[in-house]
Amino acid sequence: MSFSLAELMVCAASRIFDDDGEVLVTGIGLLPRLAASLAMSSSNPDIMMTDSQSFMLARPNPVSGLEGHGGQANENWMGFARIFDNVWSGHRHALVGPSQIDRFGQSNISALGGSYQAPKVQLLGVGGFPCNSISHDNSFFVPAHSRRVFVEGECDVVCSIGYNPGRLPRGYKLSDIDIRNVITDLCVMDFQGPEHQMRVISLHPGVTLEEVRDKTGFELAVADSLSVTPPPTTQQLTLLAELDPGDLRARQLKGNPPGERSTKEGAV
Amino acid sequence: MDKLVSASEALSVIEDGMTIGIGGWGPRRKPMALVRELLRSPVKDLTVIAYGGADVGLLCAAGKVRRVIFAFVSLDFMPLEPAFRKARESGAIEVMEIDEGMLLLGLRAAAWGCPYIPTRIGLGTDVLKNAPDLALVDSPYDDKEWVAMPALCPDVALLHVTAADRRGVCEIAGPDHYMDDVFARAAKHTVVSTESIVDTSHFHDPTVARRVFWERNCTQAVVHMPGGAHPSSSDPVYGFDVAHFKRYGQLMAEQGYPAWVDEFLGADEAAYQDSVGGLTAIQALPLPVY
Repeated sequence: MSFSLAELMVCAASRIFDDDGEVLVTGIGLLPRLAASLAMSSSNPDIMMTDSQSFMLARPNPVSGLEGHGGQANENWMGFARIFDNVWSGHRHALVGPSQIDRFGQSNISALGGSYQAPKVQLLGVGGFPCNSISHDNSFFVPAHSRRVFVEGECDVVCSIGYNPGRLPRGYKLSDIDIRNVITDLCVMDFQGPEHQMRVISLHPGVTLEEVRDKTGFELAVADSLSVTPPPTTQQLTLLAELDPGDLRARQLKGNPPGERSTKEGAV
Repeated sequence: MDKLVSASEALSVIEDGMTIGIGGWGPRRKPMALVRELLRSPVKDLTVIAYGGADVGLLCAAGKVRRVIFAFVSLDFMPLEPAFRKARESGAIEVMEIDEGMLLLGLRAAAWGCPYIPTRIGLGTDVLKNAPDLALVDSPYDDKEWVAMPALCPDVALLHVTAADRRGVCEIAGPDHYMDDVFARAAKHTVVSTESIVDTSHFHDPTVARRVFWERNCTQAVVHMPGGAHPSSSDPVYGFDVAHFKRYGQLMAEQGYPAWVDEFLGADEAAYQDSVGGLTAIQALPLPVY
């Protein structure tokens, strides 16, 4: 069965929730949300998820609208203030897509370049990143792996705490911080290298380690068990079609590339 | 006590240099008619505290703002607020950029009469570097360092609700009241605009009474402003105006604030509503689906 790169990434991302148990999962953006929804519908039914507004769901809403879904299955009211109460308890795993990530796993959604008084590009602002990063598990979703995202130095504005000994607050250990995985269009990584170094654990079909290194602004560790990211199963693809009947996932990556590269594009 | 007044009467309490808290969240249930009344007034040098959307963007574009206390400014489907972006990139405004949860803690501290609330939020990040007035404190109970999130005390809070009676009992019938209750409690003076004015008997129904999130002694002025959240949403009455936000984004990016004023602001709210198709058109805007 053929599959797209977006579907490969969603399935790889859904696996990061498999052993989370009963946590609030938040996928920001369509593909991360689809990954969380897929996990909730298959590998981890204990996951908790909101409708991105103000209700907790007993089953995920389709990402392409509620038509034909038979109505939203609410579980409890979950306004934004109450989200904080739950988040501060630590029982959450967020999957987010920052504009910059550095070698410490610090990330940036606030601003790029220039000075702090007048940044070259104003982005969103730090949002909830400072809170998320020190309160609960976090993973990153990167649709276009490049040196613009995986920056050489520190992020322009460090919005989330990472494994940076120089910034470790008094009374904290690096192991108090929990950054789980990074899913990109090239590979899957974690922070289980020496001294929490970012580490490649699987390459997508047809992608070489050289390409990943080329497009990353810092040194990466490589897992002894480096593997090829497994293709989506038939069951996963069927569930994705149910969770996204409008096929919005086909519009998230430029040109909607296939999940298996032809040998021309990337010789193994 | 009758608190029903006009927008200009309600906002006459606002002086240059004051701190204004604005309720709602991004493109949702913002007191935009009150914001527009501020745009028409000579007031300046404001400090604005908000979960920001076009409210923050417009006030910055109009030169009303000295400082913004914020976690994000966004229109959701347009992630980057165009006018705020311009103001930041030109270096025109001072900012205190803090986490969403810190903003809530700061308002709660003010509401509870505490000078600060200790939190771990912000540790290890540039929030502390970029907001140097945030202090770290020791805890008497452990050996860790804590961020002392200071009380954020608005002189005036501006909020938009679904229904209110003349005494200031306010109903929010939409799915979330966001942090509006905390804004109302933190501020010295709260001005509420409302889709409709109702008789107090409206609240006798316990289901309706549960949609009242702060008490009337936290509301000092009530302004009747049907459609007053436009172009943000006022769920369940109307959704946000995607087409208008797109036009707003285009005007702000290409021509700037004066072009938006020419096309939309008008001398009063009636003129504004005419420029966006009228109240009936606003009330017909569909609710967003996520």
